[in-house]
Amino acid sequence: MSRARPRVAIVGAGPAGAFAAACLLSAHGDAEIDLVERLPTPWGLLRGGVAPDHQEIKRLEDTFDRQTLRRGCRFLGNVEVGVDVSHSELARHYTAVVYATGAQTDKSLGIPGEDRPGSWAATEFVAWYNGHPDYRGLEFDLSAKRAVVIGNGNVAADVTRILTREVGELERTDIADHALQALRESRIEEVVVLGRRGPAQAAFTSAELRELGHLDGVDLGVDSDEVELDPLSRRWLAEQGTFTARTNVKLLREFAARPARADARRRIELRFLCSPVEIRGADSVEAITMRRNEIVRTDDGALRARPLDVDLETIECGLVLRSVGYRAVPLPDVPFDERYFVLPNQKGRVLTPDGESLPGVYAVGWIKRGPTGILGTNKRDAEETVRCLVEDVRAGALPQPPNPDREQIDALLARRKPDVITVEGWRAIDGHERERGHRERRPRIKLASRDELLAEAGAGSSESATSCT
Amino acid sequence: MTYVITGSCIKDDSCIEVCPVDCIHPKRGAADFEVAEQLYIDPQVCIDCDACVEACPVDAIFAEFELPEKHGYAVELNAQFFAEQSTAERTAA
Repeated sequence: MSRARPRVAIVGAGPAGAFAAACLLSAHGDAEIDLVERLPTPWGLLRGGVAPDHQEIKRLEDTFDRQTLRRGCRFLGNVEVGVDVSHSELARHYTAVVYATGAQTDKSLGIPGEDRPGSWAATEFVAWYNGHPDYRGLEFDLSAKRAVVIGNGNVAADVTRILTREVGELERTDIADHALQALRESRIEEVVVLGRRGPAQAAFTSAELRELGHLDGVDLGVDSDEVELDPLSRRWLAEQGTFTARTNVKLLREFAARPARADARRRIELRFLCSPVEIRGADSVEAITMRRNEIVRTDDGALRARPLDVDLETIECGLVLRSVGYRAVPLPDVPFDERYFVLPNQKGRVLTPDGESLPGVYAVGWIKRGPTGILGTNKRDAEETVRCLVEDVRAGALPQPPNPDREQIDALLARRKPDVITVEGWRAIDGHERERGHRERRPRIKLASRDELLAEAGAGSSESATSCT
Repeated sequence: MTYVITGSCIKDDSCIEVCPVDCIHPKRGAADFEVAEQLYIDPQVCIDCDACVEACPVDAIFAEFELPEKHGYAVELNAQFFAEQSTAERTAA
């Protein structure tokens, strides 16, 4: 039996997977694409990562929907590759398999007390306030007066904003109801944000930094001594600094020069050149100890933080959110590069440990290039991967899979996973959430547990279990 | 008048693809493209055609006169990006 239409499984329906599907449909209009997703809902970090007070960015979901699901791409949600269906089974049913699984865990700090109750990965807090069903049951203790956020990137900025922003403002977003309730009762008055290096090296975008300095009722403190750049950073900024770094330094100087706001309800303090050395407490977190750093130039020319031999400083706090980066986890039955935490690949073609190309297997997004870049970076990344895939299809390099018919994978999934969520199921969830939101003048009110999501999708009912279209 | 891009920009290039006068930067391949946190509109070149507003999937672009107050900073920021660039070019020349 011969089929001209390539059948492609994209594993992971986050931004990278969605951009890849859209791009593949543009490049190869008759490709049949299945977006296979572990969660009952599509769009990955757009739904579960992007902060709820950045609703405008979440509008990208309409574009994803229009460019993928509305163009015939199927959604197979609540299906976990490696658990419900294996890589080799996918390979037997699809011409190509594209991994777009992202970076699902956080980097660790490697300091004592990191795992003490009250010390969390910032990504856990993010998933919780965004209604990710796997994080529904977490209980963040917000009863202390002070929280410490470790890290200087946009996730650190996001969690700092969510901890300090007026709840009334969050009530107009799609933040998870359980998070809203907890934040209403929060007694946190101050959030201290620690950066290992200096203001010139902070990884915040200037947009996020500016926002931190302009929250209603929130004072932003930054020590004027700490915003003074060391000579190495000053030179770097003048000669090689990015527009963002220069804008950040300018903003921080402005913030440092502002008088404290007398009417502030809450306070954010940005500290630079500080590394945590221990998270302390009898049981749960009570304090964090940190040391001062200085900026030095390493042999490769990079500016790094080096610990100074001075007294340690201790800050009392009841909550620590660690935000020092994401990291990918290995996937069953596909090669993994343990040094860079990516699928070894060349322009998106996945390679074996010997560097040979693994025919029909591709990678896109964070699992391909590591957790860098912003949303749109994935579009260019997807174009590169899809270019390789289409080249391989046109060159006849991808053999026909043994079970090439849609009905065959559907039959397998129906046996394995009767509660697969299809596009109709997702539409039911989406419609329900938007409808509930509309009544309360919110963009949506999320169903935040797997049971609720599955029930609303009607998954497992007779109509949806048998048909995946 | 000009159009301006605000901090919600996700740098997906949709605006660059439709801009008839090529006033949105940095572009792919430019030295500062990968490190840029957003795209910027050159106010000296923009012809106020509105094409980028239509194309933007996250509504990050506004006509200057319609810019919401909270994004007021963006007018200067967009202009500043190009001002610094031309200074850098002059210095390099």
